[in-house]
Amino acid sequence: MIAELGHLALCFALVLSLLLTVFPLYGSYRGAAGPVLLARPIALLLFLLTSVAFGALCYSFWANDFTVLNVASNSNSLLPWYYRMTAVWGSHEGSMLLWVLMLSGWTAAVALLSNSLPLILQGRILGVLGFVNVGFYAFILLMSSPFERTLPFFPVDGRDLNPLLQDFGMIVHPPLLYMGYVGFAVSFAFAIAALLGGRFDANWARWARPWTLAAWLFLTLGIMLGSWWAYLELGWGGWWFWDPVENASLMPWLVGTALIHSLAVTEKRGTFKSWTVLLAIAAFSLSLLGAFLVRSGVLVSVHSFATDPSRGLFLLFFLLVVVGGSLLLYGLRMRAVRSQARYQLFSREVLLWGNNVFLLTATLVVFLGTLYPLFHKELGLGSISIGEPFFNSIFMYLTIPFALLLGLAPWVRWKQQQVQPLLKPLGLWLVGALVLAVGVLSMYQTPSANVALLGLLLGAWVTMATIGEIQQKAVQLGGVPGLFKLQASHWGMVLGHLGFAMLVIGIAMTKTFSVEKDVRMKIGDSVELNGYTFMLTDVYTLNGPNYGGQAAELEVFKQGERVTHLHAEKRFYHVTQSVMTEAAVHARLSRDLYVALGEELSGPSWALRVYVKPYVRWIWLGSILMSLGGLVSLLDKRYRRKRNPTAAQTGEETHA
Amino acid sequence: MNPRRRQRLFAVSGILVLLSAGLGAMLYALNENVDLFYTPSQLVDGLGDDKEKPVVGQRLRIGGMVVAGSVRRDEYSLKVSFDLVDTGPIVTVHYDGILPDLFREGQGIVAQGTLLDATTIQATEVLAKHDENYMPPEVAEAMKGIKHVPPSKAYPVGTP
Repeated sequence: MIAELGHLALCFALVLSLLLTVFPLYGSYRGAAGPVLLARPIALLLFLLTSVAFGALCYSFWANDFTVLNVASNSNSLLPWYYRMTAVWGSHEGSMLLWVLMLSGWTAAVALLSNSLPLILQGRILGVLGFVNVGFYAFILLMSSPFERTLPFFPVDGRDLNPLLQDFGMIVHPPLLYMGYVGFAVSFAFAIAALLGGRFDANWARWARPWTLAAWLFLTLGIMLGSWWAYLELGWGGWWFWDPVENASLMPWLVGTALIHSLAVTEKRGTFKSWTVLLAIAAFSLSLLGAFLVRSGVLVSVHSFATDPSRGLFLLFFLLVVVGGSLLLYGLRMRAVRSQARYQLFSREVLLWGNNVFLLTATLVVFLGTLYPLFHKELGLGSISIGEPFFNSIFMYLTIPFALLLGLAPWVRWKQQQVQPLLKPLGLWLVGALVLAVGVLSMYQTPSANVALLGLLLGAWVTMATIGEIQQKAVQLGGVPGLFKLQASHWGMVLGHLGFAMLVIGIAMTKTFSVEKDVRMKIGDSVELNGYTFMLTDVYTLNGPNYGGQAAELEVFKQGERVTHLHAEKRFYHVTQSVMTEAAVHARLSRDLYVALGEELSGPSWALRVYVKPYVRWIWLGSILMSLGGLVSLLDKRYRRKRNPTAAQTGEETHA
Repeated sequence: MNPRRRQRLFAVSGILVLLSAGLGAMLYALNENVDLFYTPSQLVDGLGDDKEKPVVGQRLRIGGMVVAGSVRRDEYSLKVSFDLVDTGPIVTVHYDGILPDLFREGQGIVAQGTLLDATTIQATEVLAKHDENYMPPEVAEAMKGIKHVPPSKAYPVGTP
């Protein structure tokens, strides 16, 4: 009964999303206020109905209703309640429901918060969002309904949630990631709405920017949590595998990062308009491409859901409609998007353009590396895989000029900058960065570690240049109190750049100085790694709610002193008949100690994987800092300013 | 040509040169890092229409079913070797390290490594998917018509 209610709510939601497409677009086409004003209640009702559907599925999982197919295949009565709740988005169908919940949530948020926009633009934005909604509601109702029944022969108990997903990461990673993916639909809607109207001004960029920042910060957090989760749960201590699905989330992130920078230029200088529009279209298209890659089964990966070619076909069709339609529209309206602003070769505009070029090159690299094996196979040239070195080396080479530009750009003025005045202060900061990097590295006494030196140098350069820029601003604004006059978005930029520096340092240090050892140990044996002594003290049988297995206890010493106690598990899940490794991690800012329990060997002895990973935390902390930067920028006062009617009518003249 | 235009021409051509150089480098790197996938019979008989066999020392991926009873472990270290099969020839894989959780005899796996001699591979990584019924799609294709028995059915619960 409850499940049917959910299904019914989804059917109503599909109809509402159709209305949401038709009414406001018609209203803004005819210039009639009535139909446009209808959009807001429709959007809110759409979100309400989707919440009802989502609640219905949650209830079915909560109540162990195994007559619902989705519950029977992804849950079990032995599963603790919090994993039963996360199992809601553990399957393809459930995760699609989460997806549309997020999408209708963003739509409702746009409807609520777009008061300050001209009515016609509101109508267009909501209409485009309505169209995107139609696609996904049709998809979920036609090919992946989460409310199908197993009646009349329903199972007594469920087949349990995939043990990989029984983790805290599952509670937070998918919702945040989907918030990011789906959020780019809003940027996309802004871009298409502007193309439909043929009007781009600084106001438009100022409205689009906070939405894009919000989507970007969720995506950043989502990817970061996914990386952290893989590190813990896959048992191999890696934090990025260049897995096709990880790549699918990295591509919209890279383009989204380019987009927030390009939007900054459009807002401040009224230029880069067509570029911004194309990036907004690309970011959302890549989100859709990600959905297609994960859900169609063309790629094999840890993430892929049960495969069904018709689903892939639907998503591919939708992707083609979105990309084709928006590019066609862009082609028709290109003249309106022309920018007139002038700038010199050495100016912030050009440096930000450089930022975009590098980010898009990185996207192209990921795109090629992810899809090349697919084409290779389809063309009958045999199956191949692209090795990790490809991505690693190209990303290293791309990061060098990117980070150098990143440190420089905030110092450079819009329009035009003389080289001379920058040489002295920047030279000083560069020397400072060099001293810092070499100084830190000399503590490790391995001068041959080139990648680490490079990473430290780039990270230190970005950090120093960012701090230096703040110091310069302080001087200009009359001392430290003057810094309070800086806009929040400026502080957001500073935080974001510092986060990037931290990320680069973390990656370079972990890549260079991580040590790993697979060992065979008996109880009482110890192994030494990087100055740490790991002693296996006990191994015993586990007894969890829905799993058994073994647990190992280890003591870690450094120079005779006890550092910590580690507890690693190897779980055997009864229902799914599968084995999971729960790694033991002792985390500090400067290093992680990591132990994973392997199989039991004759003896009795055990295979253990032991790691010391310096600075691995910096990767995730850097990402958190970056998304914090996004949040601070988002909270800038100027995005909350009430509409100035005259400015909105005429468009602010910012052209120089 | 006025100086302004000349400057622009320089900038644009510079960018084009950089772009094409970058793209070339990228494609080169891509080709350098391609690992071909073989099944045991493809490794022995050659791949594709030209029956191209891999050379010793080449990096490659191999996927097949672990032959029951073929897993041999070293007494004192983590060294292990096992045989892989799909439709005919048998290939031996050597590995030093921890096998994945779902590595079992009769199960489909994929190994990444280098070719030691015609039928031996030194693996750097062994992958098994988190699904007892998993078979690498390429192996499934090669073994069309051959029934795959999930390990849980092949070895009833309770037998060692």
